[in-house]
Amino acid sequence: MVDDIVFWGLAVVAVASGIAVFRVDSMARATYALAVSFVAVGLALLLFGLDYLGVVVVLMMVMEMAIMAIYMIMFMGMNPALMPMSMVHGKRTSLAVAGLTFAVLAAGILLVDWPERRGAPAADLTLAVGRAVMGGKMLVMMTVSAVLFATIVSALVLALPRGRYDDDPADEAAS
Amino acid sequence: MTGSSLTQVSAAWVPLAAVLLLAVAAAGAAFDGAVAARAEGRPWQHGAGVPVAETARLLRQRRRRTVAADRPLELVGTGGLVVVALLMVVVVPLGRWTLGDLPVGIVWFNAMDVVVWALVWLAGWGPNSAHALVGGYRFLAQALAYELPLMFAITAPAVAAGSLAVGDVVAAQEGLWFAVWMPVAFLVFCGAVLAFSVRAPFSAPAGTDLAGGVLADSSGIDRWLLLAGRWALMAAGSAFAVAVFLGGGHGPLLPAWLWSLVKTAALLAALVWVRRRLPTVRPDRLLPFGWVVVLPLVLLQLLVVAVVVVGRG
Amino acid sequence: MTLQTVLLVAAALFCVGLYGAISQQVVVMVMMGLELMLNGVILAAGAFWWFLSPAPDGQVLLLVVITAMTVEMAMGFAVATLLHRSRGSDMTDMATDLSR
Repeated sequence: MVDDIVFWGLAVVAVASGIAVFRVDSMARATYALAVSFVAVGLALLLFGLDYLGVVVVLMMVMEMAIMAIYMIMFMGMNPALMPMSMVHGKRTSLAVAGLTFAVLAAGILLVDWPERRGAPAADLTLAVGRAVMGGKMLVMMTVSAVLFATIVSALVLALPRGRYDDDPADEAAS
Repeated sequence: MTGSSLTQVSAAWVPLAAVLLLAVAAAGAAFDGAVAARAEGRPWQHGAGVPVAETARLLRQRRRRTVAADRPLELVGTGGLVVVALLMVVVVPLGRWTLGDLPVGIVWFNAMDVVVWALVWLAGWGPNSAHALVGGYRFLAQALAYELPLMFAITAPAVAAGSLAVGDVVAAQEGLWFAVWMPVAFLVFCGAVLAFSVRAPFSAPAGTDLAGGVLADSSGIDRWLLLAGRWALMAAGSAFAVAVFLGGGHGPLLPAWLWSLVKTAALLAALVWVRRRLPTVRPDRLLPFGWVVVLPLVLLQLLVVAVVVVGRG
Repeated sequence: MTLQTVLLVAAALFCVGLYGAISQQVVVMVMMGLELMLNGVILAAGAFWWFLSPAPDGQVLLLVVITAMTVEMAMGFAVATLLHRSRGSDMTDMATDLSR
């Protein structure tokens, strides 16, 4: 019962903020509306017992949207908070396509005879996903992943040319 | 849901946890004021009252508005910091009690500290002012520098304990604290706490060269929320560090909850002292330092921890 | 909260994202549409897993979707940055010659 109320609350938030992404005028608001939508879906995953994946969705998507907001504002080349605008093409076609897709999907969802639930969730789902990805050799994989990541970073550091701020005379005086 | 040795208390205790967090944060602010007063040659009593006086002043101050401010986003940014600090301490046990020992408590803490990215940037974006916005951008720039070292630093205790639940991590430290045999991870985490609470050497987003950065145009209750949020984040970060690195409630004589509090207060005091000693570093210098020096060190630390755990079987 | 209702919500998210991906003119806004579509996919995959067969290894599918999202994001940023550098704009209509 409580789960139902929480789920419907999250569902409304997710869809409403999803619609808001394409309705608001401000790039910052659009990006963070998408972030809210992701957080709602991440929390909904917690209801399915998917603790790890739900929290990871929240973590990654808030991070991505924080960076995304910068790109949005950088590439729009104006202060979108001050100027309402519409930057769409083929609005009517798009609406029709989206509406039709939803109708087809909804019909499929309601008409298909879904099978009964098979199996039961593992006691520790976080451990289960770890075992599913890495098998019994989880510790070895974690060790290897740290080494691999270190290699990637050092290769990038070696390969990248110096950035445009690096030839700042103040830096050279300091170093 | 709970770890072996922890008791999950009911949600009715949340207000008490909030009061406790704010009290620790206020104590940190008072200590900071006292240290500042001593540094200026005045008696420390003059400085210790600063948080109270500042609270009284800000609560009475009328809110100033900027032109064309994005008010909803600004409210989220300013009000959110305290809320995020509270959500962080949800997974931190106080002695034997915990509000909710999530099976993925460590990832939860990490997710909450990523939310701080969004909130500080929003607090900078909201007022529609150049200084505040530059402050917000600076925070994101240095967030890229501290976030990955932070993630790998809190991975180390999780690997050692073989669990992502904070309760299990505390239980695994009976006898030997993780800070003792993973000092690099501990120090990096302490640095990250200073970073996400925007303290020196990571205080450029609120730097004086920007007339206060993200704080530049805030006033009244908004400013109070931002300042209180920074202190609450620092307190929450210290409490989490105590749980995953300093043995949580483990200790002789005193009851477990008191040990948690004493350790948190001591770590917070140490962080306050450190931040008074260090200068503010420019974000563009932090970035190469974070990626070229700190990140390899933390990865080495993680490697050592993993090898030790594999060796123990 | 049954399988059908969760899937309907997921479908709604997917279609809102689809509308955005087709109609938006700016590359980063198109990316937001794609992200919203994948958001729906995540919710649907979680629901399928929970309501149909909560086998231990079924969560891997979700992990794949989340990874796909980050890759999409990184590539999208790269494309948008390149477009912006070479043409000073990132409107999709001005990049139609790329399809030729």
